[in-house]
Amino acid sequence: MEAYLNLFVKSIFIENMIFAYFLGMCSYLAVSKTVKTAVGLGLAVIFVLAITVPINFLLDTYLLRPGALTWLDSSYVELDLSFLSFIMFIAVIASMVQLVEMIVEKFAPALYGALGIFLPLIAVNCAILGGSLFMQQKDFSGITESAIYGFGSGIGWLLAILAIAAIREKISYSNVPAPLRGLGITFIITGLMAIGFMSFMGIKL
Amino acid sequence: MEEKKSITKKTSTLLFINKDREPLFSKKNRKLLSDPMDDNNPITVQVLGICSALAITVQLKPAVVMSISVMAVMAASNVIISLLRNLIPNRIRIIVQLVVVASMVILVDQVLRAFAYDVSKELSIFIGLIITNCIVMGRLEAFALGNGVWKSFLDGVGNAAGYGFILILVAFFRELLGSGKLFGYQVIPDMIYEMGYENNGLMLLSPMALITVGLIIWLQRYRNRILIEKN
Repeated sequence: MEAYLNLFVKSIFIENMIFAYFLGMCSYLAVSKTVKTAVGLGLAVIFVLAITVPINFLLDTYLLRPGALTWLDSSYVELDLSFLSFIMFIAVIASMVQLVEMIVEKFAPALYGALGIFLPLIAVNCAILGGSLFMQQKDFSGITESAIYGFGSGIGWLLAILAIAAIREKISYSNVPAPLRGLGITFIITGLMAIGFMSFMGIKL
Repeated sequence: MEEKKSITKKTSTLLFINKDREPLFSKKNRKLLSDPMDDNNPITVQVLGICSALAITVQLKPAVVMSISVMAVMAASNVIISLLRNLIPNRIRIIVQLVVVASMVILVDQVLRAFAYDVSKELSIFIGLIITNCIVMGRLEAFALGNGVWKSFLDGVGNAAGYGFILILVAFFRELLGSGKLFGYQVIPDMIYEMGYENNGLMLLSPMALITVGLIIWLQRYRNRILIEKN
């Protein structure tokens, strides 16, 4: 249990998708003008990450890894399909996003109204594919671990985009040098926030 | 059946016309190459492809390898999508694009693993992330779906060059100030270190990549006032 909690905290703060690895920066910069839309996108990211990382974990363990196909026939020990992992992962992500979109539209129209336009965008958010690729690198032992990792990374992403959206709302009232307005100042603020988040790095869990 | 035939006929004539009209490097086509370097730079103006731009710019070598890989992927996938552009149904175009890009990336990844294993280890997941690099998808959506093959090729190469330019610029400053080296060779002489100069370790950490890009944007917009945002 404690190990799970550690992994959860680690994936939110220490290995924050945005501040430590810069994943999902494109939508982070494009959709952070107001807090409301930022929350919508953040929730959608949590949702999709928490679903796709465990699914991709199963695919990786039972299909792609070297020797993963032994459950079919013991003669497949030598088989290594891991070069297919990019295309498998992205296919799972794209189809899951489509599926989630349809389910949400059918059963929760209110949520769909809030998330609607963001859901298709997520298929090309690097944070989602990055979550699956990190999961492959980290060699998790079970599906619970990978689900917790996906969920935690999503929450970390939501935290980051929420913070920058709030700061950008405030900064629109201040007098920023003209050439630095908009994108430039957002980059520099994100850099300063990342320095702040580096203080979590010393924590050993 | 009848309808299908007429569509394919149309496409072939369309391709034909596009091919014949202009000289290969007409003024318009040259602009496709030069625009992304400054006025329409993918990173500093279009805000595309930032994720990978920041994470791999600690040293020059991975940055150069990454730029070349992105250029190969973009040129190839732009050409393929542009060839297929009249056959792809609108509803599933994102998945088709992702599959094309993913297969190109797999090729690049395998080539890197075969010929430059240490660099490929260093870039780790970021080669895979070219698939979702918004710059590739963005150009496919915005350009290759509506333009001819040669133009799309130029657009891919030009945008990848603009992306690589920023990448290499950031990596240059980070490696020079952070470890006093370029391409792994020491360029700041020992004499200066003896006089009390120290490498700035902060430049090696990820936040400085963001701040460096921020400063580059500042400089670019100071020079090129049209790009200044209202807010």
